Amino acid sequence: MPGGINGVKIIFEECETAYATDRGVECYERLKGKNGGATLFQTLSTGATFALTEKAPVDKIPLITAGYGRSESQNGAVFTWNFPLLGTYWVGAEVAIQHIAKKLGGVANLKGKKIALVYHDSPYGKEPIPVLQELGKMHGFEVQLLPVAHPGVEQKATWLQIRQQKPDFVLLWGWGVMNSTALREAQSTGYPREKMMGIWWAGAEPDVKDVAEGAKGYSAMTLQHGAEPNSRVVKDVLDLVYAKGQGTGPKDEVGQVLYMRGLISAMLGVEGVRKAQERFGKGKVMTGEQVRWGLENLNLDQKTLDNMGFASVMRPVQTSCLDHMGSSWVRVHTWNGSKWEFTTPDWYQADEKLLRPTVMLASGKYAEEKKLKPRTPEECKL
Amino acid sequence: MGFFIETLIGGLMAGMLYSLVALGFVLIYKASGVFNFAQGAMLLFAALAMARFSAWIPEWLGIDSLWLANVIAFFIAGALMYLVAWLIERLVLRPLVNQEGATLLMATLGIAYVLEGLGTSIFGTAIYKIDVGMPKEPVLILEGIFEGGLLINKEDFVAALIAAVLVALLTLFFQKTVTGRALRAVADDHQAAQSIGIPLNHIWVIVWFVAGVVALVAGVIWGSKLGVQFSLATVALRGLPVVILGGLTSIPGAIIGGLIIGVGEKLSEVYLGPMVGGGIEIWFAYQLALVFLLFRPQGLFGEKIIDRV
Repeated sequence: MPGGINGVKIIFEECETAYATDRGVECYERLKGKNGGATLFQTLSTGATFALTEKAPVDKIPLITAGYGRSESQNGAVFTWNFPLLGTYWVGAEVAIQHIAKKLGGVANLKGKKIALVYHDSPYGKEPIPVLQELGKMHGFEVQLLPVAHPGVEQKATWLQIRQQKPDFVLLWGWGVMNSTALREAQSTGYPREKMMGIWWAGAEPDVKDVAEGAKGYSAMTLQHGAEPNSRVVKDVLDLVYAKGQGTGPKDEVGQVLYMRGLISAMLGVEGVRKAQERFGKGKVMTGEQVRWGLENLNLDQKTLDNMGFASVMRPVQTSCLDHMGSSWVRVHTWNGSKWEFTTPDWYQADEKLLRPTVMLASGKYAEEKKLKPRTPEECKL
Repeated sequence: MGFFIETLIGGLMAGMLYSLVALGFVLIYKASGVFNFAQGAMLLFAALAMARFSAWIPEWLGIDSLWLANVIAFFIAGALMYLVAWLIERLVLRPLVNQEGATLLMATLGIAYVLEGLGTSIFGTAIYKIDVGMPKEPVLILEGIFEGGLLINKEDFVAALIAAVLVALLTLFFQKTVTGRALRAVADDHQAAQSIGIPLNHIWVIVWFVAGVVALVAGVIWGSKLGVQFSLATVALRGLPVVILGGLTSIPGAIIGGLIIGVGEKLSEVYLGPMVGGGIEIWFAYQLALVFLLFRPQGLFGEKIIDRV
């Protein structure tokens, strides 16, 4: 059995950007031409994605931005090189409201409620605002916006405001240390953690494990997967990589939430290249343009996912030239004081009918600003 | 009214912690005449040592008592801070004696990078826990007077108390002990202090060690609140507007400055924040310090700069 993707070995490079946009851009510029040119980039930051969205079309390198901004880049007609695979923050915002509505006993009960958004004061944190405000108008709830300055270690004033305004629910759109600090502040101001819900970047083990019992009852959305230590893909990683001493991170983190996110993002990139090879030649090195075609024609059905070891970890992904997201399923899990557990029901699908007009409006505005001519379905066939 | 008082108390308690961080800057400035940019890195290094040793010691010695493990870890971390102080004096300060202030300032930047790198290399980069048994749940007081009562964060209250005790002890140390007076003499004039037999190098080691202990206490408090991770180094930045406001050479200045900044940023965030989109507390502290710089460059309690010509 040949290694790599149909025998083509993968060369990958990493950069520690410390979540700084300038470092992300510097990394991109430094690596885009290395080893014959990058096939694809995973920016792992909304800020860097915003900065690179204009560079990628020039360099013809696809950007995989699974689970983060920018949300309107779902529209592949305008954002021809961005791939927010599996979900965006608008998907997260819509599902968060669905989950809250379910807790309240129906969408009608959202009327008159107050929902506070405690967010990282950055492009990432601001992403859900338009969708929440739109949904607020639609269902009659009030959205309270509470920005927290980076890195988010000082939130006392924010939580005092929450204590005063008594929102019915708090959505946490935090990053890194901001998440655990928010949960600690909620504990020390007595705000019920059961009424708090985080986006997927505020819903992994490092966000809650040190707060432990103090975070009990806190829920977060996941990008389909949660902690999946019993999945076959994790067992394969342990048997085929770690057992040979080739693991690159702490073994006890294999199968945890963030590990799974990295694993799935890597898999999506590999499958994009594999798909491109099906059309442009198996065993050949793919260019960025060819991989873009592969990512636009991904069709990972349940059988394929199960065969790869992702059974019960994720649901099918099918992209197209006009839909660069491919799936809008989200799961919700709750911290029980020592580990994450999926809620019942755990699976939610974002209402695409509701989100699509917002995506089209925002992407259309972007195209107008940048004087871009959106691709037509005919152009997509090329 | 109840909410205003609650915000005020929250600000005062946060301010006390800022005072503690600012004290580290003041101590070193007073004795070495250098603004120590490495204070944040020292705080991170000390907190990392405390967090890791408090986890390792029960494994190594088979101790069950968390309290005992914390005490031993605290002393080991303290000893490490002494070693750091000694190394800084030997490798950085001694070769740079009588150099320009800017040279020393740059040297402290270098110390910061070395300590950050060394700390994370030795102790790791994950988020570590310091559990010194700080109470996490809030308490409500004066429920009969204010609707819903006044919420006091017990953890912040204990932290502010510890900070206040440490500040008081350091003030006594500076005013009443022979070493403290020697430190002040060195701060006033290096050459004059040496001429009357005060060993400059020894004094530098002591003052960097004391600043290290202050960093350790601040690291334990902040580490217990936030977890020990890289962002802890940025906590020291909260001390910058405090020393600008209070004056770089004044311990009372650090205390009063800390309280003003703490209260100012909380009140500004709560009352002005909503008008300008929120998230203003960090830059508000610097704005406040900037205004003070315009009218009193030496800060509230700093020594007036007089140049004889």
